[in-house]
Amino acid sequence: MATVLASKQKVKKSSLAKRNLQKLLNNKLAVFGLIVVTAMILACIAAPLLTPYDPMKISLSERDLEPSSNHLFGTDKLGRDVFARTLYGGRMSILIGLSGAIGGMLLGVIFGSLCGFFGGTLDAIFVKIAELVSVVPQLLLVLVLSTFLGAGVQNLIYVFMFTGWVATFRLVRGRFFSLREESFVEACRAFGIGNLSIAFKHILPNCLGPVAVQLTLNTAGFILQEAALSFIGLGVPSGVPTWGNIMNAAKEIIVITQSPWLWIPPGIAIALFVLGVNSLGDGMRDVLDPSQL
Amino acid sequence: MNKQDYILSINDLKTQFKIGKRVVKAVDGVTLNVRRGKTMGLVGESGCGKSVTAHSIMQLLPKAGSIKEGEIIFRPQNSEEFDIAKYRKTDKKLRNMRGRQISMIFQDPMSSLNPVYRIGDQIIESIIQHERISKKAAIKRTVDMLEMLSIPQADKRIMDYPHQFSGGMKQRVMIAMGLITNPELLIADEPTTALDVTIQAQILELMQQMQEQLGFTIIIITHNMGIVADMADDIAVMYMGKIMEFGAKEDIFLRPTHPYTRALLKSVPVLGNGGNDRLEPIRGTTPDPSDMPEGCSFMPRCDLATEKCKNAPPYEDVGNGHMVRCWYAKGGAANE
Repeated sequence: MATVLASKQKVKKSSLAKRNLQKLLNNKLAVFGLIVVTAMILACIAAPLLTPYDPMKISLSERDLEPSSNHLFGTDKLGRDVFARTLYGGRMSILIGLSGAIGGMLLGVIFGSLCGFFGGTLDAIFVKIAELVSVVPQLLLVLVLSTFLGAGVQNLIYVFMFTGWVATFRLVRGRFFSLREESFVEACRAFGIGNLSIAFKHILPNCLGPVAVQLTLNTAGFILQEAALSFIGLGVPSGVPTWGNIMNAAKEIIVITQSPWLWIPPGIAIALFVLGVNSLGDGMRDVLDPSQL
Repeated sequence: MNKQDYILSINDLKTQFKIGKRVVKAVDGVTLNVRRGKTMGLVGESGCGKSVTAHSIMQLLPKAGSIKEGEIIFRPQNSEEFDIAKYRKTDKKLRNMRGRQISMIFQDPMSSLNPVYRIGDQIIESIIQHERISKKAAIKRTVDMLEMLSIPQADKRIMDYPHQFSGGMKQRVMIAMGLITNPELLIADEPTTALDVTIQAQILELMQQMQEQLGFTIIIITHNMGIVADMADDIAVMYMGKIMEFGAKEDIFLRPTHPYTRALLKSVPVLGNGGNDRLEPIRGTTPDPSDMPEGCSFMPRCDLATEKCKNAPPYEDVGNGHMVRCWYAKGGAANE
């Protein structure tokens, strides 16, 4: 339905987008987040252009080198270029965080909409499941699941989806409870519009602002969790470079004190990206509310 | 009068709400006939069951509410009459009826529109819901309808979002949504309560103009005697889930017979009518609907109440279809 008019007048549509963009640009924190996130994603995507090294290639003649013009962030104990590994590792870390968060969001939105709209037994069942998932300490749950499913990028994403839908579910369900009493919902009924259409087409778009914010929070959270899991060796198999896997090398005291270039770059990358994503999410919350000028 | 002259006949409608173990009889035996092409005003205090009656007609009751008894016969012009009360809330027949044959507009225009969609899209959706029509034709019809409702620059304003409209404009949009499918019956549930007085008059006038042009029937629900005096052809006065008095506008205003109607008329100011008279509020408050008194429900507040009133009074015709539910209706004490 929204597309009927959008196709008619492109100009006017872009004016709303323009207004939203303006609102986003006025928020300094959000602009900072947007720049950091975009720059880092672009750098990770363009990794082959930024560095000639292969992140997996072992070169025993170049072990443990300090940062130099040749190797920007130095090399690790197997002679792999840390700069290349940080860039390529970013690809995997962001992919895992984002797909885990998106998957969790989809589950949360679907369950949350249905439960929030229809209530009743369905709702009771899902609330109990959500409680079950959230009373177990999350790290423990992730640990159990990842040992169960085995290490691997895909499995890690499934694990994050399974643990990550609860927050979105609660959010959407709660919004639905208040929105379904609004008189526009009653008006929809009075115009003969069906239940599923009311739930997904009319109520759901009113919840998407907070959901988008939750998505960014989850993305950041999962990147941190991936790093933590990989650091203790339970996340992604050590062959695949991720920010967490790179930091894995810093488990030994000697590395922390003697070769700071091994853990500072991925550490900063994680911190910066998470910070950027969170500030962007904050800014989006203000922008995505159409009733707010 | 012929049966076909009534677009809607409600017979002994009883709608109840079950809240825990308590049963609230919100509508307790309403009988009403609505004349085709006319305007019927349903008036009464807050909580007397006006809105529940309207929602029962659309079968839009909340989960706790249900129609327990009675029939609601709807007689569309071009199809078979049917009893709305016999269908389930979710029945396809009712879904097709809502918005297509009977439309409803609500009290609060501020929250009756979905804030995330353009108003044009919302109006178009109610066309698409019921008709197969090209996008272009739908847009044109929307613009025409908004122009009829005197919204300036309608072709541009359909691209706006609800927050860009004022309250009166939003109510016009709601009316447009209700009328775009050419319904036969429009139920307006306190359509102007949330608007300021000047806008109220505009909206009511617009509704009357549209009625003249399109010929639909209006049921207007309000607690404002001024509005029914202005708009309605027939008036039903409701109290505690029952119709206390029903009649043509003249009957109700010039020959009010039920003590409640008389009290109601005395409690509202009439412009240019005895500026120094004090208004008389109705004494007491409405009884708890889950614990209704025996007999006449107005008895505890009525000045004329006697022993007789402990039995439920009959609903009688006192002449020309002027119906009254009172022991003293026929030349009794009420006509002192």
